[in-house]
Amino acid sequence: MAHLQPDSPYATERYADTTRSVEFKPDAKAKFDALLERYPTKEAALLPALHLAQEEFGWISPEVMVYLGTLLEIEPAKVFGVVSFYNMYNQKPVGKHHVQVCTNLSCMIRNAYDIYDRCLEKLGLQPGETTKDGRITVTEVECLGSCGTAPVVQINNDYHENASVESIDKLLDTLK
Amino acid sequence: MEPIKVLTKNVDKPNSAAIDTYIAGGGYESLKKALKSTPDEIVQLVKDSEMRGRGGAGFPTGMKWGFLPKDSPMPRYLLCNADESEPGTFKDRVIIEKDPHLLIEGMIISAYAIKSCPMSYIYIRGEFYKGAMILVKALEEARAKGFLGKNILGSGFDLDITVHRGAGAYICGEEMGLIESIEGHRGQPRVKPPFPAVVGVFGSPTIVNNVETLSCVPLIVEHGAEWFKSFGQPKNTGPKLYCVSGHVKKPGVYEFPMGVNLKELIYEHCGGITDDLPLKAVIPGGGSAPMLTPDEIDLPMNFDALMKAGTMFGSAGIIVMNSSTCIVDATWRMSKFFAHESCGQCTPCREGTNWMETILDRIERGGGRPQDADLLFDMTDNIGGKSLCALGDAACGPVASAVKKFRDEFMYHIEHKSCLPGTKRYRRLDMPVGAH
Repeated sequence: MAHLQPDSPYATERYADTTRSVEFKPDAKAKFDALLERYPTKEAALLPALHLAQEEFGWISPEVMVYLGTLLEIEPAKVFGVVSFYNMYNQKPVGKHHVQVCTNLSCMIRNAYDIYDRCLEKLGLQPGETTKDGRITVTEVECLGSCGTAPVVQINNDYHENASVESIDKLLDTLK
Repeated sequence: MEPIKVLTKNVDKPNSAAIDTYIAGGGYESLKKALKSTPDEIVQLVKDSEMRGRGGAGFPTGMKWGFLPKDSPMPRYLLCNADESEPGTFKDRVIIEKDPHLLIEGMIISAYAIKSCPMSYIYIRGEFYKGAMILVKALEEARAKGFLGKNILGSGFDLDITVHRGAGAYICGEEMGLIESIEGHRGQPRVKPPFPAVVGVFGSPTIVNNVETLSCVPLIVEHGAEWFKSFGQPKNTGPKLYCVSGHVKKPGVYEFPMGVNLKELIYEHCGGITDDLPLKAVIPGGGSAPMLTPDEIDLPMNFDALMKAGTMFGSAGIIVMNSSTCIVDATWRMSKFFAHESCGQCTPCREGTNWMETILDRIERGGGRPQDADLLFDMTDNIGGKSLCALGDAACGPVASAVKKFRDEFMYHIEHKSCLPGTKRYRRLDMPVGAH
């Protein structure tokens, strides 16, 4: 954290830019308010609120962390602690289609790494990178709980089960 | 032993997730019956059924419920653990997606039995977006029919259920990690004691039960404890979902009475090993269970038999590996998982899991040292039992058993800087691997 600079190119390693504050749109704000009623403390709504924010803003920027911290009356640092702990909160912008290949044991021994390698090679990406047009991000993920239909690839919220190099190859072409 | 259709009796019906389908099949009758008895009678019934928790530890459910302090002024909470993050486990997803009302009915009865406060939570892993949406819809249906809300079916009992999505952390399947996560924190497990039954979520007495456990409760109420005990063996009772994945011809979820023979399950019900290759190793209870060799698998799949065999029943996630698997690589993959998922709180686990992964990777890449097998074995002894939660022990299970049972293969790898002939690694060493 020592090198936290406002102009750092790494989004997660910079301070929130106070001139670029974010805010929920009215319908998202209504969803947020409904969340608060489900928990006895405000802080407990942080995980669902982050999911909501990610749907709204695409990723969890430092500005979003400050905004949620204000809404839930917790320190932005605490929000950052939570965001960085969980895998599913994107700390930098991801592509429109987030391709997540499970490579855990059950998927691996059914050739999941071939699919993963194919995705990276086809798109010319390193793990976690996004294509230049902002279309696709490819990451390797841990067990998705779909081992009986391994290998499985998750694209945004959808599971593609019994995947193969060919099927994912075709699928990548259809992602616009 | 023949497969049964008890927990899965609804899953093949068309539109099985709808409340009308569930009610047409006799659903929510158990709830009506339960609300006519006292909470203590339900707890006693579950105790009599000798049901052990289906999440992994196999703790008797009724006994867990009995640990709630009688005189606490705090509200009580019931949490459903639908995190299902153990590698090789995919049974709860079947119930959540195909028969959500079975789980909801089970939760209402269980909440009534433990005298829960009017809010209960289902902690579902974030990746199960579809499952979460199905549950949200099912909960709305149940509210509309009066099974949830104020004064349920005129009993005076109030309950509502909230679906709380996780966000991709294995450790949140651990009950203390789950509790922290519901409170809006990093999912780092707390020191026990106090146990959740005394001080759990929001400082209140809390019961955390697995999806499958809660889904058994309506069946016990409907048919009675003796019926439940008619499945399985003494102390290992009830119907059970088994998840079989990896190198078998027909992977999937199978339901049997507790204690189906593992060999029979793999060779008869799952159609045997892919490519008709010989079997090499089986992980019987989810990724953290020690491996079994082919001559060890002729045993009943229940808590006690597997513990006696030096492994664990866990979540009944069976991962089968055939003779083409490089065991060093398979062990590396499990270690990579635990290194990624260690919450970082306890030093032996945080550092140890990363070192185990590093050493296994270097053996795989041909840089293994002659002492590495012993070193790995020694490390498991320095991690196991030395962390707050079970993740440290879990990380040791596959490594210790692999080094012990496949020592020759490890030594071959170190000596010849390549996989044992006839085995292969399932990844390319020239490709980058995702960072932690």
